[in-house]
Amino acid sequence: MSNATSQRKYVYRGDPIIEAPPAELGAILERHLGERDALITALEEVQRHYGYLGQDHLRYVARTLGFPLARVFGVATFYNLFVFDPPGKYQVRVCRGTACHVNHSGAILDHLCDRLSIAVDETTPDGRFTLQTVACMGACSLAPVVVVNEETLGRMTPTAAWEALQALDGDETTVRDASATQNG
Amino acid sequence: MSTITINGQTLTFAPDSTVLETALAHGIDIPRLCYHPALKPSGGCRLCMVEIEGRPNPAPSCGLACQEGLVIRTESDQLTTMRRDILDLFVSEHPMTCATCDKDGACDLQRYANQFGIMETTLGFEPARTLYQDDNPFFVRDHQYCILCGKCVRVCNEVVGMSAIDYAGRGFDSHIATPFDGLMVDSSCVFCGSCVQICPTAALVPKVRIGQGREAEFETKRTICGYCGVGCSLEFKLKDERAIYARGFPEAPVNGEFLCVKGRSGWDFVSSPERLTQPLLRKDVAYALGLASEPWKLPDTSPLKTHGRDNFLPISWEAALEIVATGFARVIGEFGADAIAGLTSARCTNEENYLFQKFMRAGIGTNNVDHCARLCHSSSVTGLGMAFGSGAMTNPIEDIRHADCILITGSNTAESHPVISYEVVRAVNAGANLVVIDPRRTPMVDHASLWLQPAPGTDVYVFLAMAHVIVREGWADQPFVAARTEGFDAFAAGLLEYTPEVAALHSGVPASKIELAARLYALGLRNDAAALVQDPDSFATPATRGNSTILYAMGITQRKNGTELVLCLANLAMMSGQIGRPYTGVNPLRGQSNVQGACDMGGLPDVLPGYQKVTDAEKRRAVARGWGLEDLPPELGLTVVEMMHAAVDGRLRAMYVMGENPMLSDPNLTHVEEGLRALEFLVVQDIFLSESAQLAHVVLPAAASLEKDGTFTNTERRVQLLHPVLPAPGEALPDWVILMQLATKFAEKINGGREEPRSQVRWHYASQSEIMDEAATVTPSYGGMSYARLAGAGLTWPCPTREHPGTPILHREKFTRGLGKFHAVHARHPAEQTDAEYPLILSTGRVLYHYHTGTMTRRSEGLDWREPRGYAEINPVDAASLNLRDGGPVVIHSRRGQVRTQARLSNNVQPGVVFLSFHWKESPANVLTQDFALDPYAKIPEYKVSAVRLENPSKRAK
Ligand code: SF4
Ligand code: SF4
Ligand code: SF4
Ligand code: FES
Ligand code: FES
Repeated sequence: MSNATSQRKYVYRGDPIIEAPPAELGAILERHLGERDALITALEEVQRHYGYLGQDHLRYVARTLGFPLARVFGVATFYNLFVFDPPGKYQVRVCRGTACHVNHSGAILDHLCDRLSIAVDETTPDGRFTLQTVACMGACSLAPVVVVNEETLGRMTPTAAWEALQALDGDETTVRDASATQNG
Repeated sequence: MSTITINGQTLTFAPDSTVLETALAHGIDIPRLCYHPALKPSGGCRLCMVEIEGRPNPAPSCGLACQEGLVIRTESDQLTTMRRDILDLFVSEHPMTCATCDKDGACDLQRYANQFGIMETTLGFEPARTLYQDDNPFFVRDHQYCILCGKCVRVCNEVVGMSAIDYAGRGFDSHIATPFDGLMVDSSCVFCGSCVQICPTAALVPKVRIGQGREAEFETKRTICGYCGVGCSLEFKLKDERAIYARGFPEAPVNGEFLCVKGRSGWDFVSSPERLTQPLLRKDVAYALGLASEPWKLPDTSPLKTHGRDNFLPISWEAALEIVATGFARVIGEFGADAIAGLTSARCTNEENYLFQKFMRAGIGTNNVDHCARLCHSSSVTGLGMAFGSGAMTNPIEDIRHADCILITGSNTAESHPVISYEVVRAVNAGANLVVIDPRRTPMVDHASLWLQPAPGTDVYVFLAMAHVIVREGWADQPFVAARTEGFDAFAAGLLEYTPEVAALHSGVPASKIELAARLYALGLRNDAAALVQDPDSFATPATRGNSTILYAMGITQRKNGTELVLCLANLAMMSGQIGRPYTGVNPLRGQSNVQGACDMGGLPDVLPGYQKVTDAEKRRAVARGWGLEDLPPELGLTVVEMMHAAVDGRLRAMYVMGENPMLSDPNLTHVEEGLRALEFLVVQDIFLSESAQLAHVVLPAAASLEKDGTFTNTERRVQLLHPVLPAPGEALPDWVILMQLATKFAEKINGGREEPRSQVRWHYASQSEIMDEAATVTPSYGGMSYARLAGAGLTWPCPTREHPGTPILHREKFTRGLGKFHAVHARHPAEQTDAEYPLILSTGRVLYHYHTGTMTRRSEGLDWREPRGYAEINPVDAASLNLRDGGPVVIHSRRGQVRTQARLSNNVQPGVVFLSFHWKESPANVLTQDFALDPYAKIPEYKVSAVRLENPSKRAK
């Protein structure tokens, strides 16, 4: 075993989820106990609640519902509807539906990617903005549309959208504070 | 007979077999990359495509069920083109660096790429995966060579049952991943290497194999694993007389290609620099004999805290044997033969055990011979002996895979008998029910359809209540009971008071779970109805009984009422008719590589080889005559624990210990140390200077199991041949050679002073094969064994004659004792009760990565890397009251001593229960255990229940 010495010996780091799951997570998982095909549904519900799937969320899902953690991780990474980082404080969704598309929402998206220095589905390193796309928000009369958290901004241009985001910074009351959902 | 046609040949097929299996069985090769006989077909690689007459498209033969009249072609231009295209795709992602690859010559992809002439892609090479995971000492995962065949994922799920890895990501990103792409060691991986064994490419390679050259340059030697009683076959690959790596092989009778981490990677201890290479003499003895000039005194420090290498001087074999023979002769002269006792070894061969007990009985002249089976399964030997007439596993290991219901109790199967747990996992994956009855959440619980968690020491109520329910509900197998057993009525009458409700009150297991367990077990129900556990009533009683098997181990036997608990299990099996047939039985899983054989060969104070009682004058004299004597000592000898008591109070003066380490394995270590120190003459024969050897007057260096031949008898009674793989270091000798020389020397010394014609006794053999031939003449159950017959898959005892094929399943037509006997059992509480001062219950046990007292595993770099220190599992509730931190220190106190170790908070144990592993001398669990409550029949101590309290030694405790 000549190679073994290069390895640091195993250090027990404790059980990351020795505590019972947080109440809301526990309640979600409770509903799926004993269901053999509930994994994707349970993951969806957890993500809906927390906005993302953290490592401990996946660990609790695996242990409570009796799935191997490797399978839970595998399933979660297979479907692109799941995200693994907490969402930014502001969830910015640029509509790519037909009406918005013909009204140049693509240029808005490019501009925001450029200004925020992130790609679609990423979050700025300071945790403020998550940039996403959606297919039609049902507000085609206002196309092109950008939605920030719950607030719909209509008839946007690249610069107007960017200014709207900059303006948000000092004025948090105009959008629902998303930070409350970040603590997993 | 059903047939299909393949390439114009008409071939018969087995029921439920696939076209690929049928083709392979008839020697027709079909290219395949993702198929493995132990795994469900995945249809992933599509290389095994065949043409089916009457169907427009080819289909993968690995998933194609045979049907009468199917006409198949395995070769055609179309198929060749398809296979070339598939290989081209693989090769477009997989670097064909075969010339320098560790898998060169053993790689399936290389073989097919060559065969189909696709050593280079026509599509443009673009590596899909680049990760190189080198995070553990056992194996490397090099993703660029991975072809995503999924065999590693499936073997980990379907056989090992760990599910440590799975496909992750999608499309171009897909890869085989641990959770969060983290370290292997942070996943559930147990480093069994099964995935490495069956990976078709160089994506998984044993670390010790890297850079060692081509497979074809290696020499191959096969032997039997020296660790546990499963008895797996190992294949060593050697180069220049050096072992490179070990693997399983498909024809291995017990384990096939699968092994556990110890067998596959834990054998490097043999080349440890700490191996004993010369006989050693303690310095004070040397001084007394005039061999040393300085006076010297054995320090008082416990050997648990020292290494003891400075206590000794090396001497020659000649001198050592002279000193030992003279020493024993002197003690006999002064105090009689019964002042000497011997511990034989469950890790030595049958032949060595045979010779050891022969030396004690016919040479020294005492029945004081025992070994650590006393401390593990003596209650199985007595209990099953009383019920059935034979105290061993009733059915072979491979039966487990086909059982409908498996009941595991008091066995941490996945850690103590890993390869047996694979059989359980395979059965469960095929639809069997697994019922676990254990106070601790062992890894097997993850696979169980039902887990009963009795408070420690109360499982007897659960067993009695299950029997109660079986009688009450009419699930007993009346015809079996009437024809094959006796004592049922008295037994059944004794069950009246043990209702499930009473059992629930004592054990904490809900009555409904006890009823369900009784039903699943008695009727042998499969887990085909998903709703079974939620709604048992939805499940109709089938017309025919399925097959249920019981597996148990030390959680049952290491108890004050161990024999009675074994009787409970025997009662359950007999009343349900779950014995004497394939796939049923009562199966004690034996711990050490040859513990079964050490017992069979008479390494016990009450029986001669073949369990012939020393008190049975006729049988005893027959054995004596076989050895050239009139008679042998007729009195029962001392058991292990009694030996330590006798040493303390001076009845015992000398001991000969072969390959045992009572200083760590026996209960109440403080007392054991006192006993060993009190001896006038202690001889220890071992491969390392164990804690016990440190106290010895003379230490004899022995060869390890990889360095010798001989036979081991595994837990299913299969006697298998060992073959030397490596040379023994220095002057170390195989135990049988040492015994032979010592006995010869001793016979010369003693014969002058004795009247009996001891010189008639044979002490010289040219080989272990000759010893086996002699053992066969005095051991009825081994009567038909010889090395010639044992080659290959071995033989299962009883095998009384040269023509007998062996007996994998016991008690088929009748029980060994005639009728199976029911014994009425009553519930008893553990000897040591908790109180205000010692409010918690301590249970001891094993961990996967270590074996026995760690003398071997702790000197294996990989195993020691994975679990370098001992620990205690403590429920978070108990931890909270003392502010114990997960991973922090804890001190455990019992009425006998204290032990400091690492606390691991875990819900595997209930509040009020602490689990402590016993392999580490820094945290010797047996300082805490008690030796006063012995099972009255088997004299086994109650390791599993001691009263303790916890203390938080850290300053921040308050
Ligand atoms: S690592 Fe080996 S066994 Fe696993 S998927 Fe890749 S090629 Fe197959
Ligand atoms: S070594 Fe064993 S447990 Fe680990 S991933 Fe491979 S098969 Fe699974
Ligand atoms: S299961 Fe036992 S016999 Fe098999 S490899 Fe592991 S330790 Fe050796
Ligand atoms: S297309 Fe954008 S809102 Fe409908
Ligand atoms: S072997 Fe049949 S698809 Fe791979």
